[in-house]
Amino acid sequence: MLTKVHSGLDPAPGVWWKPAHKAEKVWVAIAFAWCMVLFAMMPLWHWKGGQNPSGIRRRVDPQAFYARTVEFATQYKVGEDRGIPIVAPPAGADVYLTGMTYQWYPILQLQAGAKYRLHMSSLDLNHGFSLYPLNVNFQVMPGYDYALEVTPTASGDFRIICNEFCGIGHHTMVGRVIVVDGTGKTLADNATAVIRDREAK
Amino acid sequence: MSAATFPHRVCPATGRVIASAAEPLIKVNAVVAVVSLLIGAVAALLLVLTRWQAVHLLPAEWYYRILGVHGMNMLIFFIIYFEMAVLWFAGTILLNSRPANPKLGWFSFALMIIGTGLVQWAQWAGKADVLFTSYPPLKAHPLFYLGIILFAVGALTVTGLFFASLVIAKREKTYEGSVPLVVYGAVTAAIIAVITLLHGAIIYIPTFLWSVGLIKSVDPQVYRLIWWGLGHSSQQINVAAMVAVWYMLSALTIGGVVLNEKVSRSAFVLYVLFISMASAHHLLVDPGFGPAWKIVNTSYFMYMAVLASMIHGFTVPAGMELGMRLRGFTDGLFGWLRRAPWGDPGFSALVFSVVVFGFVGGITGVTIGTEQINIIAHNTMRIPGHFHATVVSGTAMAFMGATYYLLPLVFQRKVAFWGLAKAQPYLFAIGMLLLSMGMTFAGSFGVPRRHWDISFSQALFDVQFNPAVDITLAVMGIGGILAVIGALSFIAIAVKSVFFGEKITTWETGKPILGIPQGLTNPPVHAPNVDEINDALHADSRGIAGATPGTLVLVGVFLLAFVVYYFTNWKLLSFLWKVG
Ligand code: HEM
Ligand SMILES: [Cu+2]
Ligand SMILES: [Cu+2]
Repeated sequence: MLTKVHSGLDPAPGVWWKPAHKAEKVWVAIAFAWCMVLFAMMPLWHWKGGQNPSGIRRRVDPQAFYARTVEFATQYKVGEDRGIPIVAPPAGADVYLTGMTYQWYPILQLQAGAKYRLHMSSLDLNHGFSLYPLNVNFQVMPGYDYALEVTPTASGDFRIICNEFCGIGHHTMVGRVIVVDGTGKTLADNATAVIRDREAK
Repeated sequence: MSAATFPHRVCPATGRVIASAAEPLIKVNAVVAVVSLLIGAVAALLLVLTRWQAVHLLPAEWYYRILGVHGMNMLIFFIIYFEMAVLWFAGTILLNSRPANPKLGWFSFALMIIGTGLVQWAQWAGKADVLFTSYPPLKAHPLFYLGIILFAVGALTVTGLFFASLVIAKREKTYEGSVPLVVYGAVTAAIIAVITLLHGAIIYIPTFLWSVGLIKSVDPQVYRLIWWGLGHSSQQINVAAMVAVWYMLSALTIGGVVLNEKVSRSAFVLYVLFISMASAHHLLVDPGFGPAWKIVNTSYFMYMAVLASMIHGFTVPAGMELGMRLRGFTDGLFGWLRRAPWGDPGFSALVFSVVVFGFVGGITGVTIGTEQINIIAHNTMRIPGHFHATVVSGTAMAFMGATYYLLPLVFQRKVAFWGLAKAQPYLFAIGMLLLSMGMTFAGSFGVPRRHWDISFSQALFDVQFNPAVDITLAVMGIGGILAVIGALSFIAIAVKSVFFGEKITTWETGKPILGIPQGLTNPPVHAPNVDEINDALHADSRGIAGATPGTLVLVGVFLLAFVVYYFTNWKLLSFLWKVG
């Protein structure tokens, strides 16, 4: 039975490419325009916005990347926390961070307002870089060097949570990033308090 | 009507020819789907009670193991077995036709079952603690990968048989004109399935060879690229199948119509054209690809698949509205909604599926799939928050609604526990909504997904989440418990009906029967002069509001919510460190 009005369960009349009604045309046009806005926002943000996952990306041997990280850590080491070196590179430096089960190496100490090139890679499995409490997330992958230009905007004591499943100890994989401000104060008050607390324990 | 030359029976309610060879294939696939759902739902309860940090039920090892079990049983087994049932149904019953080569159909089913068995064994025995994504260099037992390969080969064969069934129906002229829209949607899903399963073959075969030591390594980035060509594109199978089920339930429950075949069918074509690009959604903050590649792919080349969903998001409710108006429910803007059969679980499931998929799943998905916004979403709880609103509240909910109609139509049983069945979609939808929102907000505070302990009690450095996170996780927990009760109710209803239900082969139209949805006992009929009313509703004088003013208001609200949520996220992003 082929009526003009039919449901999606009925075969469609032989000639079904009828022109759409006005209301549908209007909705399709609005939806299309919105899709173009959605699309345009991304190139626009590359041009005007400050947060893009672009970076310089290249393949790298995991062992070689780790060796480079150790070299970097030795060069700029200023201290140690729980056996992991605290490393304070100068503004503008290339900074290296290696993820490995279940540790982020080393601890970075950066200056607020300074720009760095942060290289991230993994020695073994996929790991996830998740900067707490800012919620900045990147995939960290063995064999690939992901080098992002980063400029910390405010001082504080940050954490790196691993948010890619990397085995039974995944939830213990937490690293540390310290950001100091340029005015001689090494840490923001709240962050110093956290460290004081810990030292008191 | 039943001039059919093959063994069959005629459905008392719809007059459709139901081929005897197709029925058991539909049934076994549906039954296995429900069994998978049961395993997945029990796993879900354990997961919810572990992620709810205040409860923290499972030990670490079992949390990760059960997480893999849940992902596999829900996303792969439950959904795909159900889709196999849909393909057998759409390729035969909806065309009054017979299945192509049922023997091969049974063989494929056997392959899928063997594959399923291998995967279950590997996961439960702790031989595959790699979650369902199994990103190398994490390595599972070879039989895990082999199981998936067998399962995929079986599914691919069934898809091929579906196309063959279409050819048979066409040749034997079991229908006039073009295939119904619902079948067209199923065809779309099947085409996408072929593309998807080929990705699966390309990636799982080398990974299997690597696991037995024949290949030295599998590149982790290439794996993620191709695996998500399977993993995300297959979500478009689910979307296409779900939309097809929407059109079907709309027709069965309230006499919903197709406004315009051209518009709806073109939207399905857009799914096919742009779908394999969706892999990029998972790679937006990966090191392997540049911005141009990410932008073009994540947007399905300028959001053409999103456009398709926005079109269906209009045409489905509009078809429902028009169908109701053609039946005489013409009062006001929303009289058609108010006077709809809300006690029919097929109808309520349809509405919740459309609304939660659109408002929560769709909006969050497009937003977090934006190249830069993904920086504040990747691998956080926002991700499961999103897809529990799409594939669960959308697809699974629609499949549940369809089941209430399939039970009498195909299984010839009354729906058991009818009172519970009426409430089930409400329970499941409200639970899922809370779960999704709880997860989404927890993720906005940076709470990671796939993580056993966000109190970080065994970690080197302390992390203390914002106390608001406790509240979001409690909302997730309560919603999750409700949703699991909803899922278990559905399973109880389905199992009781199928195996112990009251047999019913024929019934009188016009008399309500407890246990049979109203759309079958009182099939919705349009007024006799339906074409006239239709023309009047479409008269130019009605202006832009056209025949479906209520729907126009609804999609307006939707667009507003979309715009607000989208730009709020850009604003949040702009507060972060400079990164580039
Ligand atoms: C019955 C109600 C359900 C509840 C309460 C529920 C709950 C959850 C929870 C708590 C997680 C873990 C999130 C995490 O810790 O990262 C999860 C993960 C997941 N769920 Fe569900 N879920 C349900 C139904 C479903 C259904 C029906 C599907 C698919 C059709 C599904 C697909 C998934 C997937 C794919 C994952 C991700 C697994 C992974 O990260 O490896 N869920 N679910
Ligand atoms: Cu890790
Ligand atoms: Cu991890």
